Amino acid sequence: MSIDKETARRVAHLARIAVPEEELENLAQELSGILGFMEQLLEVDVEGVEPLTSVSPMTLPRRADVVSDGDQIEKVLKNAPDSREGFFAVPKVME
Amino acid sequence: MTDLFKLTIAEARDKLRNKEITAAELTESCIGAVKASDALNAYCVKTPELAREQANKADAMLAKGNSPDMCGIPLGIKDLFCTKNVNSQAASQILTDFKPEYESTVTARLWDQGAVMLGKLNMDEFAMGSSNETSIYGAAVNPWRRNGSDKKLTAGGSSGGSASAVAADLCLAATGTDTGGSIRQPAAFTGIVGVKPTYGRVSRWGIIAFASSLDQAGPMTKTVRDSAIFLNAISGHDNKDSTSAPFTVPNFETAITGDIKGKKIGIPKEYRLDGMPDEIEKLWRDGTDMLRDAGAEIVDVSLPHTKYALPAYYVLAPAEASSNLARYDGVRYGHRATLKSGEGIDDMYARTRAEGFGDEVKRRVMVGAYVLSAGFYDAYYRRAQRVRTLIKNDFDEVYSTGVDAILTPATPSAAFGLGEMKNKDPIKMYLNDVFTVTVNLAGLPGVSVPVGLSAEGLPLGLQLIGRPWEEGEMLNIASVLENCADFKTKADKWW
Repeated sequence: MSIDKETARRVAHLARIAVPEEELENLAQELSGILGFMEQLLEVDVEGVEPLTSVSPMTLPRRADVVSDGDQIEKVLKNAPDSREGFFAVPKVME
Repeated sequence: MTDLFKLTIAEARDKLRNKEITAAELTESCIGAVKASDALNAYCVKTPELAREQANKADAMLAKGNSPDMCGIPLGIKDLFCTKNVNSQAASQILTDFKPEYESTVTARLWDQGAVMLGKLNMDEFAMGSSNETSIYGAAVNPWRRNGSDKKLTAGGSSGGSASAVAADLCLAATGTDTGGSIRQPAAFTGIVGVKPTYGRVSRWGIIAFASSLDQAGPMTKTVRDSAIFLNAISGHDNKDSTSAPFTVPNFETAITGDIKGKKIGIPKEYRLDGMPDEIEKLWRDGTDMLRDAGAEIVDVSLPHTKYALPAYYVLAPAEASSNLARYDGVRYGHRATLKSGEGIDDMYARTRAEGFGDEVKRRVMVGAYVLSAGFYDAYYRRAQRVRTLIKNDFDEVYSTGVDAILTPATPSAAFGLGEMKNKDPIKMYLNDVFTVTVNLAGLPGVSVPVGLSAEGLPLGLQLIGRPWEEGEMLNIASVLENCADFKTKADKWW
């Protein structure tokens, strides 16, 4: 399956990666190449085969639903590009 | 004794315990070697002060007696591991100056046992690559060079800095991580031993995530015995990683007896690729003979879905990566793009990620977003997961016939030159993982052992794939290969 320029634009948006208009054509070609490689999977008969989501047959362990950690505002914010009054700061989200 | 930095873990452990050397002396010797190694670009962060402090602590532990095996052992740590207050960037621009407020479980265990950190090691960005060339720090360089050539070669990837550092004696051993071959391929390219443990053997907590159902940390060492010692130090259940197995960890070092009489070794016919170089074929045959001569029974086995492992991997790993890397949005840590007037939060995300991620990371994140998107999820992602089941079933079937381990080449070639793959199709680079990626998909343990030299004088490795949770037996068989091959050659020092 080949990817056109519009699909490349949509994929870049889904991935939240800005791609300049003039690079979209190239990106489309590159993605088409990679997806072509993946198309070998279509040869495999997977009828009735369960998808593998975990290699070991473990059930996820549960723990008591209690607070076990926290109260580390300073540490949590230490690497933030912008923080104010104990919060992460971002550009205005709502108009 | 000079040149202490050349010691193995086992040798250093014994000398430290016998008071022949101190951790401080050993560490100082390594710091000197690291200092003089910039041409290899193996270390991206050096931490000599921290190392000296940890070495003094180790000497105090050693003085009390009963010290752990790793006490006083100087190590290099792949940049993918979060280390408290020390830059941990996964060799990415997007994590510029990120200094974690916490320590990964693997490194925390090592420091608790008295090990010493010399610094952080170069790698492909977010562990995505097979040549270390996607690193923001530039490529790590292989200490090995072709006969009569001074062309710089790749140390492999993604754990290229780890491989280069161990092979060049810039640490006694290093941590690596392996999602599709990132420990075993660089180990093979540099003539060292690299182990990818069974999925769940080692905690992933605090290791920057790439593809969580495939990622596993492991040792990169000068000998098989060192890998056993190192693996014991980092294995075991961790409450902070729900996929870490609640099993008791056996002693891997005492499992190395050198006795493999009657062990059944499988040779999978599907790993004999068209156009495989003769010297790789020969290496594989030589390795088979070594194990047979040591008393193992050699059997032909079939893993019929091998061919589909790479395409399945290159659906699943990018899909998981696109989810894991969604966290790099310029909000909580790392790089944030400077906004122009009128730009909003969506522009901030998209430009932050465009500026912060390198080309290969962007490519994989976008492929992942595509295969997970509405309309394609079943066709690609679900199908790849089903193929993964078939690949795992192949191994289950072989092991159910009593096979103890499977022997394959580790890589389809010796180390290639830096820049040689630059203008090639990305798929060409992905083919480096052809022998290793099945092991991650099936969650099995694998080890790469140096067995010979190519016609050009470069190291070549073989891979042993073990039964799940049987790293001990796998390392025992690996030790036989190591002894028979007697691979003692080191790269001539030019750096």
